[in-house]
Amino acid sequence: MLVMAELKAEPYEVIIERSRGWLSIDWREFWEYRDLLVLLVQRDVTSRYKQTLLGPLWFILQPVLTAMVFAIIFGRIAGIPTDGIPGPLFYLCGLLGWTYFSQNLTNAGASFVNNAHLFGKVYFPRLIVPVAIVLSNLVAFAIQLGPFLLFLGYYKLCTQDASVVHLTWKLLLVPLPLLQVVALSLGVSLLMSAATARYRDLIHLNQFLIQIWMFATPIFYPLSKVPPQWQWVIWANPMSVPVEAFRICLLGRGTLGTAEIVISAASTVLLLAFGIAAFQKVERTMIDSV
Amino acid sequence: MKAIVEVDRLSKLYALGGIGPTSLRQSLESLFGRFRGDRPAAASEAIPDDRAGPEPNTFWGIKDISFSVAPGAVVGIIGRNGAGKSTLLKILSRITEPTSGRAILRGRVVSLLEVGTGFHNELTGRENIFLNGAILGMKRTEVAARFDEIVDFAEVGKFIDTPVKRYSSGMFVRLAFAVAAHLEPEILLIDEVLAVGDAGFQKKCLGKMGQVASEQGRTVFFVSHNMGAVRSLCEEAILIEGGRVVRTGAPADVISHYLSASSPKDSEVEGQIWWNGSADAPHTDDLALRGIRLLGPQGVPQAAFEADKPIRIEINYTVLRRLRGARFVVSLMTQEGEVAFCATDHLFQQETQSPGRYQSTCVLPAGLLNRRNYLVNIQCDIPGERYLLPGAEYLGFTVSGAGNQASTFPEPWPGVVCPKIAWTVEAQT
Repeated sequence: MLVMAELKAEPYEVIIERSRGWLSIDWREFWEYRDLLVLLVQRDVTSRYKQTLLGPLWFILQPVLTAMVFAIIFGRIAGIPTDGIPGPLFYLCGLLGWTYFSQNLTNAGASFVNNAHLFGKVYFPRLIVPVAIVLSNLVAFAIQLGPFLLFLGYYKLCTQDASVVHLTWKLLLVPLPLLQVVALSLGVSLLMSAATARYRDLIHLNQFLIQIWMFATPIFYPLSKVPPQWQWVIWANPMSVPVEAFRICLLGRGTLGTAEIVISAASTVLLLAFGIAAFQKVERTMIDSV
Repeated sequence: MKAIVEVDRLSKLYALGGIGPTSLRQSLESLFGRFRGDRPAAASEAIPDDRAGPEPNTFWGIKDISFSVAPGAVVGIIGRNGAGKSTLLKILSRITEPTSGRAILRGRVVSLLEVGTGFHNELTGRENIFLNGAILGMKRTEVAARFDEIVDFAEVGKFIDTPVKRYSSGMFVRLAFAVAAHLEPEILLIDEVLAVGDAGFQKKCLGKMGQVASEQGRTVFFVSHNMGAVRSLCEEAILIEGGRVVRTGAPADVISHYLSASSPKDSEVEGQIWWNGSADAPHTDDLALRGIRLLGPQGVPQAAFEADKPIRIEINYTVLRRLRGARFVVSLMTQEGEVAFCATDHLFQQETQSPGRYQSTCVLPAGLLNRRNYLVNIQCDIPGERYLLPGAEYLGFTVSGAGNQASTFPEPWPGVVCPKIAWTVEAQT
């Protein structure tokens, strides 16, 4: 059996030369390194919790506190309506996808800068690093679901007006917007890491970009309240559709048309493709300039 | 047999000066500069003509390097700092791409350019073994199969489930090397990693590397300044100078070429290496070597000495920046890579050295050395802070003649040194 296996294994050959072409991912090699992907995800998760005082509690506290601040500032002071959904639920739901998205951008968007030393000493498919970050952040996303479900249960069972929340079959569609957030954040992170590898000073722009992006995403305001002349801004933002889709799936309220979904999905795919291409262009020679 | 590594006219062009734009502003400035027809600022460092690239401010890290290696060979790559050894290794380990040419590697490659790359402080020794193995390109199952061996070799024992941040630096290095040494790639690339760790462990690593090559038929590339290790481990050596291969062949031959003639300009004289301010002298921002000489009793440079005569070692250098607490360390090595002894001028140095020319001289007393070949390794550092010049073997010399305690018969006499020791023999009644 052993001999058979050895005979079947094709001779391993690596050819090193200047590479050409834009989108040439060696998927076979990526698969060869799957153990590294798993171990990197494990490392990120364990090291994150080992180093903190409260451990996973941070991931619960952070969205809850943010939702409280939103409720006070946007709900009470600014008086922005929440589509008839109770404030805490509305904000927590919007923050679910957004927190994951922005976390990915912050961590994976600095892939080259943070791993310059590692990349300078050993070869492996560089794409593994941002992919591992995006996957390990899913753990934080899952933990965040906790407080949201708690509030959902509270409003459904303990309040007079249980009808404010509709739980429908659409609940089963939750993985779809999540998948889009995964793809979109990966694409944007790859673009960001490529840009910051070349120009370090863009790191500051990244944080700024994330902030602005949040305001262009319907997190603390419902889509129905956006004035018609500003609607295009929201639809130009590919992140709007998944955030709104989370509301439709989890709370049964929201507005989404087919055209919007198609545009958003298409731009996500495009951004991902661009991201991979830019990342690969930079990874070939980045070590000479860091 | 088909060569396992074939390198064909491999070249790599680097841009000089900060190496590529690091901020958007610089990039924009150079773009507008181009519009205005400005020429890029002249390079601060002079590029030797033979390494200058096609455009201003570019130079060839390596140029037209070709060689091929048969499976199972252990190849030493030697050359002075900046010669292009590391660039070659980085290209072969796929960390960076060549500008032109190509290399074919017929087998899996593990490169060990540094000990402990990718180790994570918060993770335990066990977790790090798996993670590091995976980073180096090994499957989980392969690492698991070697796990016990790795732990044994590293001598970390019961600390295997302790986070590595609590390890002593010795344990850390042992574990890191153990992982790399026990993986089973067909091609292993090693850069100077043996410079770390204590002498006992270095010896163990050298032994392991020799075993990997001879018993398992792996191909090993070994970049080192340690001529003793290259001589004892390698079957072939490649000498790189100025980004080009200048000599290949048996290690003894290549090393002697390197130690005697590698030196620039007027080192036709044996026993001296004299750069005299040329750009390829070993240097950092703090300090540049001007020359090293081995002088006999007549005060002339020579490479063969009598055992019963003193040997003077002169190190001439230029301090470029005010230094505090710097020292030179001279290590006398045997050809087998053992350190005979080290000596330093630390106690004889001024507390601070202002920029200018200096000479540190030491005299190895008569009646100390054995009859054999020695290599002079010189490094400069500020202890506990940083290296000013990494250790490198610059010169070799031979000691011969009767004397000391060595047998008067022409037999090989063991011992790295052979100090003069007083004996009395008397008949007892």
